[in-house]
Amino acid sequence: MQHTLSVLVENKPGVLTRVASLFARRGFNIDSLAVGETEDPTLSRMTIVVAADENAIEQITKQLHKLINVIKIQDLDPKDMIDRELVLYKVNAAPDRRHEVIEIANVFRAKIVDVGKNSLTIEATGTGDKLAAMEDLLRAYGIKELARTGRIALARGSRDA
Amino acid sequence: MKVTGAQAIVKSLEAEGVEVVFGYPGGVVLPLFDALYQAPSINTVLTRHEQGATHAADAYARVTGKVGVVIVTSGPGAANTVTGIANAYMDSVPLVVITGQVATHVLGTDAFQETDITGITIPITKHNYLVDNAEDIPGIMAEAFHIAGTGRPGPVLIDLPVDISRGELVFKYPERVNLPGYKPTVKGHAKQIKEAATLISHARKPLLYVGGGVLSSNAAKELKELAELMQLPVVTTLMGKGAFPEDHHLFVGMPGMHGGKFTNYAITETDLLFGIGVRFDDRVTGKLATFATKAKIVHADIDPAEIGKNRSVDLPIVGDAKAVLAGVIEELRKMNAQPRTDSWMRVIDDWRTRFPFHYHTSETAIMPQHVVERVRELTKGRPTVYCTEVGQNQMWACQYLKIREPRTWASSGGLGTMGFGLPAAIGAQLGRPDHLVVNIAGDGSIQMNSQELATASINKLPVKVVILNNGYLGMVRQWQELFYEHRYSSSTLPQDCPDFVKLAEAYGAFGIRVTKLDELDDALVAAFAHDGPAVVDVRVEREENVYPMVAPGGSIDEMLGGIPGGPVSEMLDEELLEEVWE
Ligand SMILES: Cc1ncc(C[n+]2csc(CCOP(=O)(O)OP(=O)(O)O)c2C)c(N)n1
Ligand SMILES: [Mg+2]
Repeated sequence: MQHTLSVLVENKPGVLTRVASLFARRGFNIDSLAVGETEDPTLSRMTIVVAADENAIEQITKQLHKLINVIKIQDLDPKDMIDRELVLYKVNAAPDRRHEVIEIANVFRAKIVDVGKNSLTIEATGTGDKLAAMEDLLRAYGIKELARTGRIALARGSRDA
Repeated sequence: MKVTGAQAIVKSLEAEGVEVVFGYPGGVVLPLFDALYQAPSINTVLTRHEQGATHAADAYARVTGKVGVVIVTSGPGAANTVTGIANAYMDSVPLVVITGQVATHVLGTDAFQETDITGITIPITKHNYLVDNAEDIPGIMAEAFHIAGTGRPGPVLIDLPVDISRGELVFKYPERVNLPGYKPTVKGHAKQIKEAATLISHARKPLLYVGGGVLSSNAAKELKELAELMQLPVVTTLMGKGAFPEDHHLFVGMPGMHGGKFTNYAITETDLLFGIGVRFDDRVTGKLATFATKAKIVHADIDPAEIGKNRSVDLPIVGDAKAVLAGVIEELRKMNAQPRTDSWMRVIDDWRTRFPFHYHTSETAIMPQHVVERVRELTKGRPTVYCTEVGQNQMWACQYLKIREPRTWASSGGLGTMGFGLPAAIGAQLGRPDHLVVNIAGDGSIQMNSQELATASINKLPVKVVILNNGYLGMVRQWQELFYEHRYSSSTLPQDCPDFVKLAEAYGAFGIRVTKLDELDDALVAAFAHDGPAVVDVRVEREENVYPMVAPGGSIDEMLGGIPGGPVSEMLDEELLEEVWE
C-alpha cells in the first residue's frame, strides 16, 4: 500500500542522506520525496511517498525515529490529508494543434508558462489522480519532457487540536 | 580565554571524566594528539592498528560501563576503524570515535588522505558529526557522549577537520544537551508492566530470555531479584552473558545455534517468553516460524524498533531494562504473587541432566572443550574477565566457561568479528586492572590483530591469550564438513606457522606451547601467574566440531550432534509434564 510520510527534520546538512540511506538499506523504493524549509527555518519537512505493507512501514517509521535529526513522523491518512504535486509538461504542439492543448490545460486549470515554435509548456498542480488524468490526455500529443516536484502533503486542519 | 579546537576536545573529554583514550596519530590529527600530550589526566594508549584501538575502546566500555573513546587520523586511519565501529554498533556498545579530517576548504576535493568517513559510517553509527565550526565543539562533544551512552547505546563519530582543531573558541561545556529528536523512553508503560506481572504470575512454564540490554542498563540485580522472587528460569544470549550468574540453579544456558539442547527445549516449550534487552536475533531463533510457538511473548526493550521486528509480540514494553524489571517486581509484590514453577523447573532439570554439553574425551589428544574447562577451573575464585575471538573457540567459551558477574565477558556478538579478542582483552585490562583477563582465541582469529601484543607488552597489560590451535579456520571447516562434503576450501592453516611462542617472545610476552594433555594445567598456571602478557599455544584435536548445532534455518529444538534427542515434542517426560499442565 502507498503511504505518505510527513517527516519533520532538523534543517542540517546530511539529513537527507541519512533518511534516504535508511530506505535504501532496507530495500524500499521511494516513489517520491520532496523537501523544504518549514515555517521554522531550523526545520525542514520531508514528504516521502513509499509503497510498503503495514509491517514494513512500521519498521521503517521506527527506524526513522531513531535518526537523531528526525523530530516527528506522521503517516498521513489519505482520507484526511491535503496533497499536491506540481508538474511541468513540455508538450508537442504545432501551431495548428495548439488550441487543443490549451483547452486541455484550461480544463485542468493548468497554466501555459512557455510557448515554443512547436511546443507548449504547461504548469499543473493537483493531486496525483488529477495530474494522471491530464497526463493521459496530453500523451496523445507527445510529451517531450516532464518534471515533477513529488507530492507534498499536510494533515487536514480539522485534525489540529 | 580562548582555546584551540583541539584543546576544546581534550577539555570536553576531561569534562566527561574520560581516563583512557585509544588511538593512532597521523597528519591532520596532530593538533589533537599535541593537546592530549599535555593532558595528564588522560592515558592515551597507542595501539598498533586503528581496528585494535576501536575494539579496545569497545571492550573497555563493556567492562566499565563508560563510553569508550578512540582518536585516529583521517583517510586510512578513519577507514581502519570501520570494522570496530560496525562491531560496536551491532552490539550496542557506547563509543565516541574522533577522526581527523582534511581542512574544510579542501573537503570534497580528494585531498591527500581524505575519506568521507561520515558518509561511510552513517549506517553503522548511532549518529555522526562533521564539525565545521570550532565553536560547536563543546556542544557536539556533549551531545556525542550523551547519545552514545544513553538509550540503546552505540557508537558516535565526530569528524574533525584540521583547521577546526586549530581554530579558536571560548570553551564552555554545556550542562545539558537539548536534542528535540532524541528522547529515549526509559520508564515502561505502567499498564503494560502490570500486565507483564500478571502474565508471569499466571504462567506455568515461564522463561526469562535475557540479552545485552540488561547489562547495558546495569540491571543484573533486578533480574536476579525477579528470577528468585518467582523462581523463573533464565536464559542469557551471547550478549547477555554475565547478566545472571551461570552457576545459579535458575540459569538455563544460552539459546540458539550452539546453545544447550536443554535451553532450546525450554524455549520451545515455554508458555511465557519474557524477552528483556534482546533482539530475537536469527542465531538465537533459528527458524522463526517454529520459535517459541507455545508461548505468549512479552518483549521489553529501550529500542522500540526491536519490538516486533523479527517476531510478533503479545505484550510490548518500551523502556529501560532496569526500570521495567523493577516495575514488574513491584507489581508482583503488590499482588503477593507466589512462585509456581516447581514442576517446570523439574522438567528443565531433567533435560539439563539428560542433555548436558558433551564431548568425547581422549587419553592423548587435547580436546578444545577440555582446555576451556581447565581455564574455567584454574580461574575460579579469581576475578576474571573473559574475552573471545570468533569461531569454534568462541562457541566453546560460551558453552564451557561460567560467567558469574556482569561486565566480565567481552565477545563479538552481532558482527562476529575475528580479531576482536586480543584488543578487547587490552581494553578490558585497562578497564579492570585488578582482574585477570583471558582471551580464548583461535589460531585464525588471533592473527587478525596479533600486532596488539606490542600494545599489551609496552603498556604492561598482563593479558592471557589461550589459543585453541586446531590448524583450521575451524568453524568454517565444520560447515564445510557438514554442508560441503568435506571440501576444506581455504580453511586450513598450518598449526606451526606462525610459531606463536616465538611470536609472543618477539613482542616481549611470555609464550608457551602445549602439545600433550598433561602439560596443559602447568602451562595455564604459568601463564596466569606471569606478571606480563602471555600466549599459550595449545595444539588441540584438529577436527573437533561444536555441538549441538541448529542447522542454518532449522528449528532450534532439532539439533545436530550432542546427546541424541529429537524435537522437543518427543523429549518431554510425560509424567513431569502432566504436573506442569495440570
Ligand atoms: C573478520 C572475519 N572474517 C571472516 C570471518 C568468517 N569466519 C567465522 S569463524 C572463522 C574461522 C575462525 O578460525 P579460528 O580463529 O582459527 O577459530 P576456530 O573456529 O578454529 O576456533 C571464519 C573465517 C569472520 N567471522 N570474521
Ligand atoms: Mg582455528
